[in-house]
Amino acid sequence: MSRLESPVALERLRAELRATYDPAKPCIAICAGTGCIALGGAQVVAAVRKEVKEHGLEGAVEIRETGCPGFCEKGPIVVMYPAETCYLQVQPGDVPEIMTRTVEHKEVIDRLVYTDPETGAQAVRESEIPFYRYQLRLLIGDNIKIDPKQITDYLAIGGYRALSKALAEMTPEQVLEEVKRSKLRGRGGGGFPTGRKWESTRDAPGEPKYVIVNCDEGDPGAFMDRALMEGNPHSVIEGLTIGAYAIGAHEGFIYVRQEYPLAVENVMIAIKQAEEYGLLGRNILGSGFDFTITVHRGAGAFVSGESSALMNAIEGKVGEPRPKYVHTSDSGLWDKPSNLNNVETWANIPLIITKGAEWFASIGTAESKGTKIFSLVGKVNNTGLVEVPMGTTLRDIIYKIGGGIPSNKKFKAVQTGGPSGGCIPEQYLDTPVDFDALTKLGSMMGSGGMIVMDEDTCMVDVARYFVDFLCDESCGKCVPCREGLKHLREILNRIVEGKGKEGDIELLEEIARVMKDASLCALGTTAANPVLTTIRYFRDEYEAHIAGKRCPALACKELVTYYIDPSRCKACLLCLKSCPVDAIEGGKKLVHVIDQARCTKCGSCFYSCPPKFGAVRKLSGEPVPPPLPEAERTLPSGKSRTRGEPA
Amino acid sequence: MIAEERIDELIDRYGGKEGFLIQLLLDIQQEFNWIPKEAIQRVSTRLQIPISHIYRIVSFYKVLSLEPIGRHVIQVCLGTACHVRGGPRILDEVEKQVGVKAGATTKDLKFTVKRVNCIGCCALGPVMTVDKDYHGKLTPDRVKEILTCYD
Repeated sequence: MSRLESPVALERLRAELRATYDPAKPCIAICAGTGCIALGGAQVVAAVRKEVKEHGLEGAVEIRETGCPGFCEKGPIVVMYPAETCYLQVQPGDVPEIMTRTVEHKEVIDRLVYTDPETGAQAVRESEIPFYRYQLRLLIGDNIKIDPKQITDYLAIGGYRALSKALAEMTPEQVLEEVKRSKLRGRGGGGFPTGRKWESTRDAPGEPKYVIVNCDEGDPGAFMDRALMEGNPHSVIEGLTIGAYAIGAHEGFIYVRQEYPLAVENVMIAIKQAEEYGLLGRNILGSGFDFTITVHRGAGAFVSGESSALMNAIEGKVGEPRPKYVHTSDSGLWDKPSNLNNVETWANIPLIITKGAEWFASIGTAESKGTKIFSLVGKVNNTGLVEVPMGTTLRDIIYKIGGGIPSNKKFKAVQTGGPSGGCIPEQYLDTPVDFDALTKLGSMMGSGGMIVMDEDTCMVDVARYFVDFLCDESCGKCVPCREGLKHLREILNRIVEGKGKEGDIELLEEIARVMKDASLCALGTTAANPVLTTIRYFRDEYEAHIAGKRCPALACKELVTYYIDPSRCKACLLCLKSCPVDAIEGGKKLVHVIDQARCTKCGSCFYSCPPKFGAVRKLSGEPVPPPLPEAERTLPSGKSRTRGEPA
Repeated sequence: MIAEERIDELIDRYGGKEGFLIQLLLDIQQEFNWIPKEAIQRVSTRLQIPISHIYRIVSFYKVLSLEPIGRHVIQVCLGTACHVRGGPRILDEVEKQVGVKAGATTKDLKFTVKRVNCIGCCALGPVMTVDKDYHGKLTPDRVKEILTCYD
């Protein structure tokens, strides 16, 4: 492949690629993102390749391994074109039937299409599935259309047109102006106006300048960047190159966390292919603009996702933050002006250049423009990636798109913003999601993690979980964060173990205030947010733990006891056999009893009791009823037998 | 005995570019399954970086290990989504089946068990990985069966 020497050459190639595309040619698109792979997607791909070969259809049917389309709950996902028939939870054993019935005879296999759990209505086409229908998938929507390892797929759908336009028709200043007018704000968590950040770097004295992609995505519960980087790495590369042009940088870095090996692999392939095509490297598209990108792998440290820490890591140092009174746009990587943005921020740039700032600014709210990808996970029916315009309400995301809470449980809270964010209760479900609205509630947008919690989630345990995480991840450099988190953890551990004291809540709040004021970086200043929001909205749970030694959600191990309700126990022996410490006495037709002194509260009995009996209960804050005498525990019709005794 | 030549080969891959120390250590970790003392010494000599500096980096980053790790690395995700969906029970079961706590390696160097703060498969929680294999939508009863697939 010879390098494309001009925008005309690029468009000529694009026309050639499109001319070879036959819209009527069958194409089987199988998601090859990490999520579907985790559910057996690789075996589905292998089965499809085998079946296509055995049916003699190689050449006649295209097979495309694509990026993540986002409906992870229902993976592995297969979409068949041109009809756009979408099959969910496909297993290798389904593939022969799919080949014969759908590919060859154009029939739809009912059990594999989406079925609404309440109405039973089916949605055959991908775009009709409610999960997708209510989204605005400007960024993630392309993932199913392309093989991320094939640059030609990206070119065929219009890729690199924005870069071509920027280099050939716009000056760097005009590109910068366009991004400023779009009012795009950073998607990594800070929400800082992107155009202003670029301008600061551009105007800062010093050469060379650097541009950086932050794909360290450390927020637990968030995987938007993984899906973009694995599924459409060229969109990020294109955005980064346009940004480099505007800022005056000639070298870029893509920092990918080590836990995303497929993203590392795909972006390295993409960079190599872009270089081969003359879309990276020297004299891009004959414009005279040079730009190269190096991929840098992370090594497992959440704090290294903080921008100054990330730059330290790229320099080969320990990934600890630096004081931010000197902005990294003035002095960043190797003390040179550096612009760092999140993956999703960069991926928005080609859209803004192609369709214009006015178009972009027409989506969203007054101060939060464009779409945002959220990872909707936790206790929700339809887990996956959801891309919606800013301003969509939490209720619409969780219920209309997410399908509500499984198993008829009650919604309790939604956690946004990762460890820097907070838990938002039911009364605020109609809040439109944008940067400022979430901050007002004590939480934040963050990178986009949206974790739904139900009545079985203990909010004190959630706070303890986040503090535990941050204790582990704190770099330890500054006292407020290092010592503050340690003490928050100690207090929260006492509370969930039933050793909370009066005054603990106030102490938590006081430590939180100090951390907020005095920590070196955003990890420390926001670390107390989960604690503060759970105290603000769920103070009654804290008080129940402290004063009542009770966990209302029945989740905290030390505050829960397991009890077998004799009126419901059918003496089926299942819990007895599941107990790892032989703490359950009983037999066939002899109602079971838990020996509380031996019980380790592992919960095995609770999960093994058949739902139709539901005899094992969790109790908290109340004494366990004493066991019935053995004579009263015999179930009618049949002799009682203890375990081991022959019939 | 760690071959110095192999360490040199890994160093030379980077052609003297700046800032590649962490990338090099990741390669060494992948090659030898840990960061041996001899490797740190060789890197220090070749790159003229103090041993204490290299040690600081290895001890800071979770992926880098100063002790040999097992043939198979089990990573149990305890990210928030996996946590609310029962991740801790999966970890309990893994520890029970393998016989060591998270952070430790079995005496026969077969398994290392690690807690990870997020693997990025949040929609499929609870999740664990064994080497490069991902296992999602886990229940504790599936853990034993999955682990028997690894020699």
